[in-house]
Amino acid sequence: MNDKCRINPINPHGKSIIQGMAALYLALVMACLSSVSSFAQQASPSTITDDQVNAVAKQLYCPVCENTPLDVCPTQACAQWRDLIRLKLSEGWTSQQIKTYFVQQYGDRVLAAPPARGLNLLVYIIPPVTILAGAFILFRALRAWKQPAEVAASYNMLIPQDFAQPSSTEQAASAANAVPSQDRYLARLEEELRKSDQ
Amino acid sequence: MTIPPSEPFIQKITSRPLSAWVRILAWGGLLLLLAILAFGLVRTQQGPVSVGQTAPHFTITTFESQQIRMTDLKGKVIVVNFWASWCKPCESEAADLEAAWRYYQPGGDVVFLGVDYVDTEPEARGYLNKFDITYPNGPDLGTRISQAYRMRGVPETYIISPSGILAVQKIGPFASLAEIKAAIDPLLSP
Repeated sequence: MNDKCRINPINPHGKSIIQGMAALYLALVMACLSSVSSFAQQASPSTITDDQVNAVAKQLYCPVCENTPLDVCPTQACAQWRDLIRLKLSEGWTSQQIKTYFVQQYGDRVLAAPPARGLNLLVYIIPPVTILAGAFILFRALRAWKQPAEVAASYNMLIPQDFAQPSSTEQAASAANAVPSQDRYLARLEEELRKSDQ
Repeated sequence: MTIPPSEPFIQKITSRPLSAWVRILAWGGLLLLLAILAFGLVRTQQGPVSVGQTAPHFTITTFESQQIRMTDLKGKVIVVNFWASWCKPCESEAADLEAAWRYYQPGGDVVFLGVDYVDTEPEARGYLNKFDITYPNGPDLGTRISQAYRMRGVPETYIISPSGILAVQKIGPFASLAEIKAAIDPLLSP
């Protein structure tokens, strides 16, 4: 029988016990390390930098002052709100959580961008719709300016059936007055313009 | 021999008018937008709630987590005072308001409610402790109460009669305890 296959009769599970203890020890070490890191996340407010505070504050507006972002507002109230942001950041709050908290406390008007709901949706819908409508109107206007020139140019190439069929009397009259058609059209146009000037 | 095309034919190939539905929608949308703008402008031009109007109802949760509904206080004179810890003029009337509350509290006919406007809780609690204010105070969450009264700033005080009508509106701080009493006493039944 192969010696390597023989089971130790005194400690048949020795190797597995050692392995188990090593795994348990490793698990304990990992648990300790993770708890230390979680405590480290809850930093004191003094460790939060002004840049971190202002990064959140510039997304909010002073609830009292008109159109003043919270990061540049000089009032005592704004300083208190920035301190509040600093406290929330030190507690591990995210930027979005802080903004949500401010909205709950002070209303939607503290946000730099209005929330996309209710009548505020108009702020996001009207500008692109207006731009598209303006582009459409411009397109139609340009096309209208271009088409009269094309009509005049294509007039000489118009096929006879595009026009109303002349009556027999008109045919006789047109045969009698052998004037080129473009000249007749221009003459008519000049007559209409003369009438409008009078 | 060709006959020049008629004018309607020329118009037909130079421009195609928009369909009626498109024009109706465009004009309707424009009118709707103007109506919304007009509504918003009228609303911003409105002043605070006027004396003689029905006082807007609200519910406030105090800093002690007590919920107070204005409708539960019907039949009493209600003094609603808007304040903030960062408001210096508010400090000038804080002591007088507390004195008035202590004067009227035994009778049970007058209730004082303090509404903390866009403030932070630690500073608000500090303000209440500083002036030893004992009547109920709570934050104006979402500025709903101040918007209902169309308030413009702090301090402002609204005194509501037992029938729920706004009887007194005070913009700015009260000058003295006597002024507060002069505002409340006429509302109390003889």
